[in-house]
Amino acid sequence: MGLAEKGLKFIDKITSHAGFKNEWIVLREDDTSPDYGVLPYERGIEEHIRNGVINLDKPPGPTSHEVVAWIKKMFGLERAGHGGTLEL
Amino acid sequence: MDKEDVRPRTCRSRGYPRALARRRLGRGNPKVTGVLPVALANATKVIGNVIHTVKEYVMVVQLHGDVKDKELLDVLENFKGTIYQKPPLRSSVKRTIRKRTIFELELLEHNDRYVLLRVLCEAGTYMRKLAHDLGLLLGVGAHMRELRRTRTGPYREDETLVRMQEVSEALYLWKNEGDERYLRRVILPVETAIVHIPKIMIRDTAVGAIAHGANLAVPGIVRLTRDVEPGKLVAILTLKGELVALGQALKSAEEIAGMKRGIVVKTKRVYMKTGVYPPVWRKNK
Repeated sequence: MGLAEKGLKFIDKITSHAGFKNEWIVLREDDTSPDYGVLPYERGIEEHIRNGVINLDKPPGPTSHEVVAWIKKMFGLERAGHGGTLEL
Repeated sequence: MDKEDVRPRTCRSRGYPRALARRRLGRGNPKVTGVLPVALANATKVIGNVIHTVKEYVMVVQLHGDVKDKELLDVLENFKGTIYQKPPLRSSVKRTIRKRTIFELELLEHNDRYVLLRVLCEAGTYMRKLAHDLGLLLGVGAHMRELRRTRTGPYREDETLVRMQEVSEALYLWKNEGDERYLRRVILPVETAIVHIPKIMIRDTAVGAIAHGANLAVPGIVRLTRDVEPGKLVAILTLKGELVALGQALKSAEEIAGMKRGIVVKTKRVYMKTGVYPPVWRKNK
């Protein structure tokens, strides 16, 4: 399988996993070079972390912000954020 | 002194499991758990994108009086569709009455004074308020006792949902034993945060310019999803599937398909670092 084919398959796979669907309109054919960039699931582990999202099961007790601060500290990252607080 | 020691009985009431009551941490502090997507380092740039997406919750509401099943079901009907909510006193937004849509509201269980509900709603709907208002309409009063979020846009309560414990174990295994397999299972690629929005995949030769903040023109596009519409936020991806940037579409997918040239997406938020793909546009000049 070509790189572009793998890239498309990856995007379609994560989209359908989340319950959505991509209906593509193809404008032209083109392939992608193996010399630069990388398939998202083949990033080196450090890169994978830095470009990653954790689907976290928030524990009861601490606030969303506290949980994010813990994760940030655990990984020793300069930045971390969440997709919407969970204390409504 | 431990809070649990001084207040063991105050939070117990009819029908509520003793084990749960005992574990409660503070008085006005209901148990809130579930799907909380946490973005690491660079991914923080785009995680805000999932904030304004559909949410699903499972909630335990405690009624302050006895209510019949039939009455409860009737009152719940009033909360389906468009509702008006004033954000609670302690909230992070301006306290003006807001319109919110409840897409689905399902009564899962009604046991004595406890009601278990499943709610599918628009972003920014306050569950605590919903429970309170339900009590008002029932005429007995009610409050939210426990809340679990089961969905935030693209993230759901499925095999990707992990606990803090699993995160820390995976991190340990990588750091101390050099085994990264678990960490790869715990951390999802940032691209999972854009699956719910329209997408455009571009040629390698267009990537460098976009990473520098340029707008996207038609010749750079290989394929795009049918839901691209003017004004909508779109994800610009490489052919390998890497996120390059978020942008605002200026034309619809149909229009773009019929065009030969011209700017069609205004780049709003660049994700990819410069220098990952070669700066082809320089050579052409």
